[in-house]
Amino acid sequence: MTAQVKFRDVTLGYDRHPAVHHLDGEVVSGALLAVIGPNGAGKSTLFRGLVGILKPLAGSIVTGGLDARDIAYLPQTADIDRSFPISVYDFVGTGLWRSTGFFGGLGKGARDKIAHALAAVGLNGFENRPIGTLSGGQMQRMLFARVLLQDARLIVLDEPFNAIDARTSADLLDLVRRWHAEKRTVLAALHDMELVRSHFPEALLLARGPVAWGATAEVLTAENLLEARRMCEAFDDSAAACAVHDLPSRAA
Amino acid sequence: MLYDALIAPFTEFEFMRRALAAVIALALGGGPIGVFLMLRRMSLVGDAMAHAILPGAAIGFLLSGLNLFAMTTGGLIAGFAVAILAGAVARSTEMKEDASLATFYLLSLALGVTIVSIKGTNIDLLHVLFGNILAMDDPTLLVIAANATITLLVLAVIYRPLVIESVDPVFLRTVSRAGAPSHLLFLALVVINLVNGFQALGTLLAVGLMILPAGIARFWSRDITGMICIAVVSAILSGYAGLVLSFETKVPSGPAIILVAAALYVSSVLFGSVGGLFRQMFPGRHLEA
Repeated sequence: MTAQVKFRDVTLGYDRHPAVHHLDGEVVSGALLAVIGPNGAGKSTLFRGLVGILKPLAGSIVTGGLDARDIAYLPQTADIDRSFPISVYDFVGTGLWRSTGFFGGLGKGARDKIAHALAAVGLNGFENRPIGTLSGGQMQRMLFARVLLQDARLIVLDEPFNAIDARTSADLLDLVRRWHAEKRTVLAALHDMELVRSHFPEALLLARGPVAWGATAEVLTAENLLEARRMCEAFDDSAAACAVHDLPSRAA
Repeated sequence: MLYDALIAPFTEFEFMRRALAAVIALALGGGPIGVFLMLRRMSLVGDAMAHAILPGAAIGFLLSGLNLFAMTTGGLIAGFAVAILAGAVARSTEMKEDASLATFYLLSLALGVTIVSIKGTNIDLLHVLFGNILAMDDPTLLVIAANATITLLVLAVIYRPLVIESVDPVFLRTVSRAGAPSHLLFLALVVINLVNGFQALGTLLAVGLMILPAGIARFWSRDITGMICIAVVSAILSGYAGLVLSFETKVPSGPAIILVAAALYVSSVLFGSVGGLFRQMFPGRHLEA
């Protein structure tokens, strides 16, 4: 199994304060990894670093040969201007950016793909609706349809089932399993331990630093979860510089 | 009679034909820009940019008199400097775009006023402030047409990233690096169209032919293509009606154009088919599903 993502002693954070501290490890290609941990544990920060919108404070994240376009990212609170006059169809169509780019037209093949993606998330009939008229669950379905169209090797989902009803999350979970079956690498930040136990073979328990990483059953033990809960959330304003020596600078 | 009022001014007088041509060019470039300004919540940015241009134009005026080329160049330099500096600071720091722009345009305004007062010449800037669409010579008209053409071509290139960035900026950042360059290009287009407008309408009203038609369009269409078309058409209409109004009465041409656009805007707020007040008060019976 080749590694799709390598975290090399990576520290990510804001204003020099680490939110993810010295994480080392590999995600193999085709893995289905749940990232769990209390609020403020650094899950979203880790994902922001992974997709390249946050630069590491130290260390590095290597995504073996993946272009930015090979990564599909669904943020926790998508920063979407819902009042913008764009239809569900056009919005989902932006997932084809990789093949259409600035000018490419939407041919028959592309239109079929969009129709399939909308059908796969159960949004048939919503094509011409402005995005502002969607409910929270419908919005999440639409965002999954776009991820579907991005056809990415690496899919990063930040708390995708928050505030989503049971039926919608079951539908969307089916898509996640389908991506796994298609040998794509999927990382998802989750809070529902039952869901993680029953559907995710691998888990990373994060509490600023990594607490445990491996097979889900071994990670989700009572001791591990208790240790994660002990993490102090607040940044210490008077913290000294981290004493763990950085490895000699690794020129990329 | 109707012919005398509505068409004769343009068949009889060349300056009216030139003015109409200028207004159509301004509408074609400024309409789409205004729609994007509105959708990106940057309507007041256009206004601030108009202030930022003023000192540059004044410097051009001081250096070479009433030379439109010098004034345009000065305005472009000042506008670009402010737009790019403000955009760069907003993108690389925590500073939001509006606050960042406010600081830079005030700086630009202060610099301009300082230069003018040190030079100490008692100059008539009325032309720059209010423009004169009835005095279009060939070079000016060509500059306006060229700028409108450039605007439409560049807008076509950056259209998709601009739309995606407006609706979901994080998504664009993860799939493409085109976000920042297209935003800066867009700001540059705003400046070009303001400078374009100030030759005809003056610095103070130039932004009017961008913002008012966009506001009108919001009340008649739910999708962006429709909005752009309506904005362009209503800008042309305002320009034409404003010219006729100013020809028949004593209202100066620039304000006349903006006043007509404002009248169209008010009636759109009242009777527009998308969220107009009248529609809201009498929505009709609710539907079954």
